[in-house]
Amino acid sequence: MFERLSVMLMKEFLELRRDRWAMFRLIVPMILQMLVFGYAATFTVHHVTTAVLDLDQSQASRSLISHFAATSRFDIIDMATNQREITSDIDHDRAVIAIVIHAGFSRDLENGKSAPLQVIVDGTNSNTALIALGYIAQIVANFSTEQAASRVFPSRSGPAAAPVVGISLQMRPWFNEGLNERWFFIPGVIGTLTLMQVVSLTAFAIVREREVGTLEQILVSPIRPVEFILGKTVPFFLIGLGDIALVSFVGIAWFHVPFIGDPWVMLVGSALFLLAVVGMGLLMSTFSRTQQQAFALNFFLLNPFFILSGFAFPIAAMPKVLQWFTMINPLRYFLVIIRAVFLKGVGFAVLWPELGALALLALIMLTISVLRFRKSLD
Amino acid sequence: MMAEVNEIAVRVHGLSKSFGSVRAVRDIDLAVAQGEIFGLVGPDGAGKTTIMRMLAAVLRPDAGEILVDGVDVVAEAERAKLHLSYMPQRFGLYEDLTIAENIFFYGALFGVPRGERIARSQELLEAAGLLPFRRRLAGQLSGGMKQKLGLICALIHTPRVLLLDEPTTGVDPVSRRDFWAILYNLREGGVTIVLSTAYMDEAERCSRLALLHGGEIRHCDTPQHLKAAMPGALLAIASAHPRDVREAVSGKPGVLGALLMGDRVHVRVDDAERRIPELRAAIADQGIADAVITPAEPGIEDVFVALLGEEKPHEP
Repeated sequence: MFERLSVMLMKEFLELRRDRWAMFRLIVPMILQMLVFGYAATFTVHHVTTAVLDLDQSQASRSLISHFAATSRFDIIDMATNQREITSDIDHDRAVIAIVIHAGFSRDLENGKSAPLQVIVDGTNSNTALIALGYIAQIVANFSTEQAASRVFPSRSGPAAAPVVGISLQMRPWFNEGLNERWFFIPGVIGTLTLMQVVSLTAFAIVREREVGTLEQILVSPIRPVEFILGKTVPFFLIGLGDIALVSFVGIAWFHVPFIGDPWVMLVGSALFLLAVVGMGLLMSTFSRTQQQAFALNFFLLNPFFILSGFAFPIAAMPKVLQWFTMINPLRYFLVIIRAVFLKGVGFAVLWPELGALALLALIMLTISVLRFRKSLD
Repeated sequence: MMAEVNEIAVRVHGLSKSFGSVRAVRDIDLAVAQGEIFGLVGPDGAGKTTIMRMLAAVLRPDAGEILVDGVDVVAEAERAKLHLSYMPQRFGLYEDLTIAENIFFYGALFGVPRGERIARSQELLEAAGLLPFRRRLAGQLSGGMKQKLGLICALIHTPRVLLLDEPTTGVDPVSRRDFWAILYNLREGGVTIVLSTAYMDEAERCSRLALLHGGEIRHCDTPQHLKAAMPGALLAIASAHPRDVREAVSGKPGVLGALLMGDRVHVRVDDAERRIPELRAAIADQGIADAVITPAEPGIEDVFVALLGEEKPHEP
């Protein structure tokens, strides 16, 4: 058993070493993608092109506009003079957002009435629109608080004015006090890249031997399925560990994502995740007769695993059926683990359900792979 | 069990295999004695590879028994694999590994102890003339060298029965001769060889042949007996215009078949004495003056065409 397994591993290692591009393929795309996604994966919206139509032309309206101009989130590209210009700006993609301050805005404010403000949003990119709307709401809220304060306390003279009960929200987010999105995304990118890399490598492993004809030769030998599968699994497992270490290093050293957890928890989580992922790749491999089929299957499955992982879209918001599907997605569990280890520093006591789920998935997928890999050509 | 002379090394009984609605192998019986070089001959699609794969325990038969070196291949596939060796049409060499590494790898898969593996690979490499190239990558070898390396890998665990599926297809004549020299040596050592081939000259080198057609064995005998069993007699007609000669004799009474063989035509007739004058006349009628008719010794190709050609196409 050990002899055959070790010679399988020796063979895989030699093939990898002789393959001049292997190291390049295993390392460079991972680091490049890590850098690109690290910068690109963000929901923060900056420099939203904005058109403004001020029909009130009052001190209050100008003050509100200056609030928008003061932040880098909005770029005012047009001070329009009529409604048609606004419509044209939106239609021609010159502006994503238009703010219309109607006549009577300042009068309503003076009278303590609620003053309507019209905001037109280009909904074709609903994500940007929603986020921008959030910023607008914040700016407007700040503005109205200021306005209210200046009305209640017009001057310091005079008797004490009626006390105003105001609610002020003091936000103090835990684990990521700056709400730095990069901290949230980079651990996710590490998990996602590893999933894609290791599943593809593994899915092609057995199919390639079948196509080249070496599988037939191995089948006539007395090797046991377990030995063959292990011989194929261990190298990709090790490559996966190396990849996780590599991209984690990039995340920590380059993007300054804090790593406050226990490296051992990270190691155990990564190992279980990789076993499940390698099992997934092997299973796909047993369903493919040719590399083309493996490629198609890979293409068909990887995107759903990525989208339905909680990387960007919250699982709790998905339809029930898709939520069930995420249960067999190893990435889903690993994202919880890796984010928790990086940012929260929690350990086994908290993460055991995810670790257990990964272990179970790994066990099931590897077992099915071994069972499906019958030593037969039909 | 005591080893008797002519012990049966491969015994097949009632072997059948279908792929969907295609009955690739139909109820085959075979008995190959130890030390034989047994040839499976037949056109493409006759079932040669399917039979080989079943003998090698990589394909499960639908029905039938296979005993190789006394081991039941169907029931004990894994144990049988230690007694036999199978070389597919395209041997699966790892092209990124050297000759020596490939041999080492396959030796280990078959559980050959390390010391023995090194000694035996040395011996086999020497016999095949590959010793100077042992550090060369398998991907950089010529077709003939690859085939020899495949054979060495197949022989590293000293199998009792060697199964070769079209081993010399696409190999140059010199390498084929070397290859056969190795096979004869193996037979000397008591190894039983079952091979399939589409080359008729190679078929002639076998001790016995099974002529396969449509998944069935039509005839099984020594090449000599098969030739003797060929119905009718063979005439060789030499001429500068062999195509015209074939045209002239085809369909004449008593002519069972006419086969173009280079600058001659092999004509099979029911009765040589009676037909030679008739054919001579028929050829002369066509204005061919240089034709010379002589009785010919049938080659295995003639036998093959005679025995299989006159049968009706097989009903599925």
